Amino acid sequence: MTAAVSTSQDVVVRTRGTRRRTAAAALGTVPFFAFVTLFLLVPTAVVVAEAFLTDAGAPTLDNLRALGSGDIVRALVNSVVLSGVTAGLGAVFGALIAYAVSTASPDGPLRRVVSAGCGVLAQFGGVMLAFAWIATLGLSGLVPTFLRDHLGADVDTSWLYGLSGFVLVYLYFQIPLMVIVFLPSIDGLRPQWREAAESLGGSTWQYWRHVAGPLLAPAFASSALLLFANALSAYATAAALNAQSTFLLPLQIGNAIGSEVVLGRQNVAKALALEMVVLVAVVMVAYAWLQRRAERWLG
Amino acid sequence: MAGTGAHRARAQRRLRWVVLTLAAVFFGGPLWAMVVFSTSSPTGVTGATWRQLVDVRGLARAYPSFVDGVRVSAALAVLTVLLMLVLLVPTMTWVRLRLPRLRRPMEFLCLLPLIIPAIVLVVGLAPVYAWVTYFFGPSSVWLFLAYTVLVLPYAYRAIDAGLSAIDVRTLSEAARGLGASWPRVFWSVITPNIRTALMSASFLAVALVLGEYTIASLMSRNNLQVGIFQLGQRTPAMSVAVSLAALLLCFVLLVLLTLVGGRRQRRVSAHPVDLEENP
Amino acid sequence: MRTGSLRGAAVCGLACVVVGLAACAPPAKEATGEAKKSSTATSATAFGGIDALVAAAKKEGTLNVIALPPDWANYGEVISAFSAKYGVKVVSAQPDADSATEVSTAKNLKGQSTAPDVFDLGKAVAVANTDLYAPYKVQNFDAIPAELKDPAGKWVNDYGGYISIGYDAKKVPAPKTFADLLKPEYKGKVALNGNPTKAGAAFAGVVAASLGNGGSADDVAPGVDYFVKLKKAGNLVPVDPTPATIQSGQTAVVIDWDYNNAGQTKALAGKIDWKSVIPQGAVNGEYYVQAINKDAPHPAAARLWEEFLYSDAGQNLWLKGGARPVRSEEMAKAGSIDKAAYAALPKVSGFPVFLTEAHGMKITDYLNENWQKEMG
Repeated sequence: MTAAVSTSQDVVVRTRGTRRRTAAAALGTVPFFAFVTLFLLVPTAVVVAEAFLTDAGAPTLDNLRALGSGDIVRALVNSVVLSGVTAGLGAVFGALIAYAVSTASPDGPLRRVVSAGCGVLAQFGGVMLAFAWIATLGLSGLVPTFLRDHLGADVDTSWLYGLSGFVLVYLYFQIPLMVIVFLPSIDGLRPQWREAAESLGGSTWQYWRHVAGPLLAPAFASSALLLFANALSAYATAAALNAQSTFLLPLQIGNAIGSEVVLGRQNVAKALALEMVVLVAVVMVAYAWLQRRAERWLG
Repeated sequence: MAGTGAHRARAQRRLRWVVLTLAAVFFGGPLWAMVVFSTSSPTGVTGATWRQLVDVRGLARAYPSFVDGVRVSAALAVLTVLLMLVLLVPTMTWVRLRLPRLRRPMEFLCLLPLIIPAIVLVVGLAPVYAWVTYFFGPSSVWLFLAYTVLVLPYAYRAIDAGLSAIDVRTLSEAARGLGASWPRVFWSVITPNIRTALMSASFLAVALVLGEYTIASLMSRNNLQVGIFQLGQRTPAMSVAVSLAALLLCFVLLVLLTLVGGRRQRRVSAHPVDLEENP
Repeated sequence: MRTGSLRGAAVCGLACVVVGLAACAPPAKEATGEAKKSSTATSATAFGGIDALVAAAKKEGTLNVIALPPDWANYGEVISAFSAKYGVKVVSAQPDADSATEVSTAKNLKGQSTAPDVFDLGKAVAVANTDLYAPYKVQNFDAIPAELKDPAGKWVNDYGGYISIGYDAKKVPAPKTFADLLKPEYKGKVALNGNPTKAGAAFAGVVAASLGNGGSADDVAPGVDYFVKLKKAGNLVPVDPTPATIQSGQTAVVIDWDYNNAGQTKALAGKIDWKSVIPQGAVNGEYYVQAINKDAPHPAAARLWEEFLYSDAGQNLWLKGGARPVRSEEMAKAGSIDKAAYAALPKVSGFPVFLTEAHGMKITDYLNENWQKEMG
């Protein structure tokens, strides 16, 4: 009832009162935007500006041109593939674990332990994570040593340092992140809806397909997007796991910004960062478009 | 109806155990490898490294900067969580209620800190922090401003999930209709209904602050991870043991946090404010 | 509608002003009096003698150093010896930083009390950033050979070493040359200390491998081919070697500076029998470089640190860590060198090659174009 009335009101030409209300409302967001401008937009602007300067400070497009080199294009493709795969797998496994946890009692110890554990592991990365995985699956790690001693099987462990190994290592922090970030959405599923679906004769599959699935889809997609960006910019873990190669974008950035040997490429690092920002912006635009289509389709 | 309910509960329990056991193996494996390394020696299993670690007083004497790092990180965790909640919850609610067009820009802004790797972000943060140091001094505690920015992507996603699950408009209009001021609305109406989301956001904030190394290190400041790194240079077994100890500490902290926030949850979620179902 | 866009424009304009202001540096505190004297002193005589320098440094009370791991050339002991002798507290930031990060940290923290006072840089980075340094001649300046220092005293070589192969004597047979590492006994065990387009030690490692495979200071292609062969044989692990990876057996063979491998021998004594050898016929050496930050927050302490490093005591402490101090020949002649440590340095067989700047740039270009492509 009320909804219909407000729609017709919206159609009426915007009065001065509406504009004033919007302006006053905007004022309420000033603290957030002021903070973000100072501590996020300013640093980003500095980085983006320096991407267009040489080391000496003269304006140039050379840094952007360097982005077209074969090395960097390959790194871009590898990064997108790695981030996409870990985002997809992390989202699926994370959602599964989040659902499993949500079926436990909300005040019980299982929920607490898993939530806390996922919170901790979501931020566990860098040199220690790489070391832990190499100590588990590397040539002298626990698993290959066990296999060699007890089953006589000599396994080739070099895959750990390539793309598939990276996927495994990245999933270690992607899955817990998904659990933490998706759990509130699953908690938002009212038990009444499940009961309503059942009372209308729906099966579990139909409940998930027609009720819970569409409701959770936007949150699932945005969480996957978060996972994508998370994997894209991971540097410390990648550098510790494979110090020889620069086959990922963050490794290229690390090389450009901190090289003892190849000098004068520090601003190429900033151009690379700009490329990553543009990449995620493109992904976000695609995701927003997809969401709008899906909303229309879901009614 | 009760039959299907019990059947469903059993199926859910089975799924729960299978999924969580597999997850425990996957996540526990590398941690176990770390434990094995920190207790290994040419003569077999030894607790020497861990005994050294537990001698807190001895550590404090030998590494005063480590103790300072712990103190700074504790302060940073509290300040970051507070600033994050104070900035995000009102703003996100506000945007949902009054400024829906700002939603996408805000989402992108809150994803930005995650896209730019920390090693590059530091280059941009340096001039801003030059001003912060000019006004407030070089103490490492002022890192909480940068950390709040770093935590935005995670916190935004978690709180957004929470806000999507409740009917913010109806709740706030009902509260306003009953005469509540806006701060009262945020504190007493919105916040209790998104407790899980706020818990998730705070978890991620605390874990991020306690695990953050790159920005503190590149700005030559001291925090827990920087202190751990220094401690770890003693022996490699010590660095692994200290990392494990830090993970354990963070885990215990987060469990305690769930106790703080969790007790009221059952009462609230048992009767979520479902005004749309009762016109 | 018009007021709305005007307000929007005003907000954007204000934002731009804020961004512009924030991106500029805050007003710098002008150095006056004693601080000014300290920051422009080019030798101890400007202070009125070494004792006056010590007094000025004690007054400042702190020294900020950067990128000095305690097990790198025995820096741990150097720092504690300096601190104990002069009562100046040494704050060691970012021990894992590389030379380029040292320079960018100095730029980022310019004017703040936590900025680094002194640098220990790789040659390439040092020579490229001379406008950041304050010229200073230590008391022993004239004793240092002319080709190992900047004539004005802006930078001076401090210690050097040769590329060596460090190995776990219990896990692998003792290698003598680079060719030995291609044998199947070294499968999955050999690590290079970093990426040669980024890290100085890895760069030198590839050059040394090149020398050992028919290359020269001009031609590093044989070195790159060697590592490709090593990788194809499955002997090369791309892991970053650290004390943890060595102790856990993940990297049983490490190609690194001889003083780093010597440091590992000491650190792992009792746990791992870590030995190191300079490969025959593949001897590549390089010096690191000391410099004082022009905008050092503690200029007197910085200058005292340099005096200490180039004194007999400082040089011998580096020698203890397996590094070859720049005054080693002069001190050996004068008899002030630590004879036992000097004799314990790994033997060099073959003609040692030190790259010139021109060589360095040519090799850098080649590696930049080919390393990633070949290694995949």
